[in-house]
Amino acid sequence: MNSAQRLTRWTAAAAAVLAVAGVGAEPARAQDQKTLKAVMTTPARIIDPIFTTAYAARNHGYMVFDTLFALDEKFEPQPQMVKEWSLSPDQLTYTFTLRDGLKFHDGAPVTSEDCLASIRRWGANDGMGQKLMDFTKEMTAVNDKTFKLELKEPYGLVLQSLGKPSSNVPFMMPKKAAKTDPKQQIALADHIGSGPFKFVLDEFKPDTKVVYVKNPDYIPRAEPPSWGAGAKIVKVDRVEQLNITDAQTITNALINGEIDFVEGPAIDHLPMLTKDAKIKVEILKTLGSIGMVRLNHLHPPFDNVKIRQAVLHAVNQDDYLEAQIGNNEYFKRCAAMFICGTPFGSDVGAPPAKPDLELAKKLLKEGGYDGTTVVVMQPTDIGILAPLAPVTVQAMRAIGMKVDMQSMDWQTLVGRRAKQEPPAQGGWNMFHTTWVAADMVTPVQNLGVNGRGKTGGWFGWPEDKEVEALRDEFARATDVAKQKKLADAIQKKAYEDVMWIPTGVYYEPSAWRTNLAGVLKSPFPAFWNIDKR
Amino acid sequence: MAAFILKRLLATIPVMGMVAMVVFLILRLSPGDPAAILAGDAATPEMIEQIRANLGLDRPILVQFGAWLWQLLQGDLGNSLLSLQPVSATIGRCFGPTLSLATTTIVFSVIVAVPLGVVAAWKHGTWIDRSVMGLSVVGFSVPVFVLGYGWIYAIALWLRLLPVQGFVPITEGIGLFLSHLVLPTLTLSVIFIALIARMTRASVLEILTEDYIRTAHAKGVSERRVLVHHALRNAAVPIVSVIGIGIALLIGGVVVTESVFNIPGLGRLTVDAVLARDYPIIQGVILVFSAAYVFINLGIDLAYTVFDPRIRY
Repeated sequence: MNSAQRLTRWTAAAAAVLAVAGVGAEPARAQDQKTLKAVMTTPARIIDPIFTTAYAARNHGYMVFDTLFALDEKFEPQPQMVKEWSLSPDQLTYTFTLRDGLKFHDGAPVTSEDCLASIRRWGANDGMGQKLMDFTKEMTAVNDKTFKLELKEPYGLVLQSLGKPSSNVPFMMPKKAAKTDPKQQIALADHIGSGPFKFVLDEFKPDTKVVYVKNPDYIPRAEPPSWGAGAKIVKVDRVEQLNITDAQTITNALINGEIDFVEGPAIDHLPMLTKDAKIKVEILKTLGSIGMVRLNHLHPPFDNVKIRQAVLHAVNQDDYLEAQIGNNEYFKRCAAMFICGTPFGSDVGAPPAKPDLELAKKLLKEGGYDGTTVVVMQPTDIGILAPLAPVTVQAMRAIGMKVDMQSMDWQTLVGRRAKQEPPAQGGWNMFHTTWVAADMVTPVQNLGVNGRGKTGGWFGWPEDKEVEALRDEFARATDVAKQKKLADAIQKKAYEDVMWIPTGVYYEPSAWRTNLAGVLKSPFPAFWNIDKR
Repeated sequence: MAAFILKRLLATIPVMGMVAMVVFLILRLSPGDPAAILAGDAATPEMIEQIRANLGLDRPILVQFGAWLWQLLQGDLGNSLLSLQPVSATIGRCFGPTLSLATTTIVFSVIVAVPLGVVAAWKHGTWIDRSVMGLSVVGFSVPVFVLGYGWIYAIALWLRLLPVQGFVPITEGIGLFLSHLVLPTLTLSVIFIALIARMTRASVLEILTEDYIRTAHAKGVSERRVLVHHALRNAAVPIVSVIGIGIALLIGGVVVTESVFNIPGLGRLTVDAVLARDYPIIQGVILVFSAAYVFINLGIDLAYTVFDPRIRY
């Protein structure tokens, strides 16, 4: 082979490699666009916000879709897509009229039929939606912009349900998408909303990034922005949500100016970020998140209320919060099952802040604890969850319980916790999780106080008819004072029955480069109102 | 030669069939439930059950395997359970970054390691030899993530010369493309330089004791020519084997480097898919890996004939 032939071969080989390296090339775009690069806590892979309760899908929903109502920072439902609404004197018929000029991203007008189909699909999947559907007699379109919701009996949570801020949020979709089986995802091509951003399907690479561009046809409301309510004015051309998995890389990229916004930087990286004058660190989700100890009520030893109460009196929120966060700027004790500082947050029924080991041991004895081993599932791959189980395990051992803490990844835990069999047959006795506080603020949406048991209940399956009756009464109540009284009664009974144990509220701050302005406080990441200088 | 290649290609069919079956069964027998992951944290057991039925995951394993195999025979790897995107497109998208990183790493490693190994063998027993061998032990021993973070701190954050993370396709500019690959390439190359340099030294050292090398010296052939044309060429077979294994490792085994530098390659895709129990993606990626291993080995075998004319198939 001569030199020329050799050169030709090498050139051909190099060209082939370079051609493959170009796989994934993006369409050329104008360099003068304002592009906001963000890293979210959980990258969006499943994006149908009605099919799944995953927060990443909810966040996607807020970008692409809009809601009829939205809760503001005072927990008041405010009209969003709705222009005006009325309630009949018998409190049975709601009439909603849509705002003028609402359009989906494909240019089609938003109609009453789209909204009714969307509410039905959401009502089939979401707990609060199911409750609303239980109370609904009929939903009908009056005309293209007006529709009615007729109730079987007065129901106090209609607007709160339609303005629900967290998963599943009742987003309005085109009728075609909303007709999809609620237990199947809508097609990727059907992510056509009427929200402030458009989803860029061609650039949807969940392993790399999800891209949104400004919806120029979006008509914002006139009121100031407040959580999901008010004006959603988009001030950047494009938002790229990057999928970066390594916490240190995220921090380095923010410091180096390669990304603009991080939803939840690692707590132990905060000192690095706060000392950088070009980075702002602030708590945006002011309601925070709450940890949960969940016991399995179906099997020994936690089928015995005394033994559940023993665990309740053995644990200490301070221990959980120190282990999880370790910096008291970002956590606080909170015994309120419906979250401290919210309309239904209270300490009613909660045990004293300090654990009482003697009482716990006495309760164990009264409950006839026979040394049954407690199987605790510990997820090791999620930093915020991993420390919870060892804290409970230590407390249970301190009062003389036998514990088998089994470490696993979160997804294994998620699969196993659905098993209702005894622990010896692949079941479990205890796991821990955390919730965005916005998901826990009323007895209807708070899954911890669901008392439906094995059929219809949430994992752990506590069965409590009294709590269920109180939740129904709460849903019927149209008077806030009465609702508050009922919420207190539910919490008191939930603590007596130890339906779940709160481990305290923590706050995960966000971080962004100071060239961003107008970042909003909200229980979910809001990308409207943010400008990039 | 053509018969050999054909035979080897035909042999890949049962290999990949076995791989497909084993991967499928391991996934179905391992803990975790894609339906529960899809439904999210607040889903009730009833919802999860309905989703499982919709996905066909409640069917007997053999029925599921048969359905997947039938799909596979039609050239369809299926769609991701999570993102709904076609598996083949997802793998294709991640193959570009992986191939880019593998290419730059191997090219850089060979350029640095082969001369180092030859010089170490030539200067056997001197401080040069000991330095090269000592550094290669260090190269083997330092964890990849330590090296990666070290480069990032020094070159990206302190000197501000290169980006911290990311991959830019070559179509967006060769400069941008290469600037994003420098640090991961340096990180990964250290271990491959160590490996290839040691192998080159050992092979060349062995050849240097051969009679024909002594004859070449006696004939007055220059030292450079003896080393490159006589010693290195005859020592090439084991070196090529190591390089081939290196390429195979780089195709799927650089998860840590891909994570540290945020390179959306096949390694990270595999780990993400395993954590999310995205069965179609895992099955597809493993099939691609097994095919890649088979073809790389075939390439190595064919390369032997170039360096050693005595080898014939």
